[in-house]
Amino acid sequence: MQQIINFLIRNKHFLLFAFLLSISLVFTVQSHSYHRSKFVNSANWFTGGIYGSVSSIQDYFKLKTYNRQLLEENARLRERLKSPNENNDDLTQLTIENSPIAIDSLRQFSYIPAKVINNNYSKTDNFITLLGGTQEQIKKDQGVITSQGIVGIIDKSSDHYSTVLSILNSNFTTNAKLKFSEHFGTLQWDGKDPNIVQIVDMQQQAPVKVGDTVETSGKSAIFPKGIPIGTVSSFELDPSKNFYTLSVKLINDMTDLGHVYIINNAFRDEILSLENENGEE
Amino acid sequence: MKNSVFKNSVRFFALLIAQVYLFNNVNLFGYINPYPYVLFLLIFPFTANRALYLCIAFLTGLTMDMFGNSGGIHAAACLFLAYLRPIILQFAFGVSYEYNAIKLSKVGFYERFIFISILVLIHHFVLFALEVFNISNILYTLNKTLVTSIFTIVLCLTFNILFSSRNQ
Repeated sequence: MQQIINFLIRNKHFLLFAFLLSISLVFTVQSHSYHRSKFVNSANWFTGGIYGSVSSIQDYFKLKTYNRQLLEENARLRERLKSPNENNDDLTQLTIENSPIAIDSLRQFSYIPAKVINNNYSKTDNFITLLGGTQEQIKKDQGVITSQGIVGIIDKSSDHYSTVLSILNSNFTTNAKLKFSEHFGTLQWDGKDPNIVQIVDMQQQAPVKVGDTVETSGKSAIFPKGIPIGTVSSFELDPSKNFYTLSVKLINDMTDLGHVYIINNAFRDEILSLENENGEE
Repeated sequence: MKNSVFKNSVRFFALLIAQVYLFNNVNLFGYINPYPYVLFLLIFPFTANRALYLCIAFLTGLTMDMFGNSGGIHAAACLFLAYLRPIILQFAFGVSYEYNAIKLSKVGFYERFIFISILVLIHHFVLFALEVFNISNILYTLNKTLVTSIFTIVLCLTFNILFSSRNQ
């Protein structure tokens, strides 16, 4: 007994070091699995408040860019208003007017605006902090986009702030498909270039060409179909010769984000519970 | 004593704010962010209680993790730095030095450089190894450690020289 106590006293600094180190390693491991980083995140009043004050200063310098982006988006939307027949085929026009199902699907997705107050892109696992939380109906697992394309998924939200699992995070995956065919693959990031993401497991039959547009497939309950991701910059067959691995140049400049939209899927719970029932059978 | 607590608190907040506001947004060559906040731990009084020093290092790292949403990687890296500092002190300044008596502003540039470089390298290696978290990317980790360390070391030395010369 005496010896044990002596040992503890002699090595007390090492034991303290080992104890604190194990705590930090637990935090680290948690942060590498989706939705597990419970305590250490920037969606709290302290870090959120500091980031908020920084970004309000930076905003002044970026007003010009924001204005340009808004104008571009307005022009795009205006164009779609003017010529509905060119962009949407006649079938959807008809069904939207007559069938209650189609009207419901219009109501499925609603958009909440929010401001980016902190943005990382130089690490392997990047997060974005937003000004806007549960009070603005922002909840975890909602999709985040800009007027141009995909950004990430809400990871955690407090009353006024939320963190986004950026598309530039090794834990991020979603379904992606080619714009002009229904072939799909899984979108992920290898942690290297913040402009290039990868799509793996795309069927070998897919008609891939360099320069093709890639968009979300709408197969997850998070993103609606047809949100642009980027353009194919190169592709190759994997060693088994069955699947393509594509490199995709992002349409968004992830290093320069200002304002984003959060997508709320009204039917998410319904879809998930249905899918879970299938899984249990 | 009070004076020292005050001085260290001011240094802590000054470096924290500089790190979060400025250095986390440098993104040199797309991926290099120096971490000069470690200077706070490097020049933390050598005479301080070791247990207290370890706890403070842990909390400093945890604060940085909170800002970076990075789990516990800064906390772990800072702990390694804090735990190994006495050993590196002996190595850099020779065994003949009683490290209670050392003042960093009094030793030569060469010793100071060795001391800061070794600890920054250790800190950054642990940091990036945990961040990348993938043994097959070891070359990428080493590359990032080396390049980032160079910038951190230069910044730490600059700050150290700037602020210690004013006191003399």
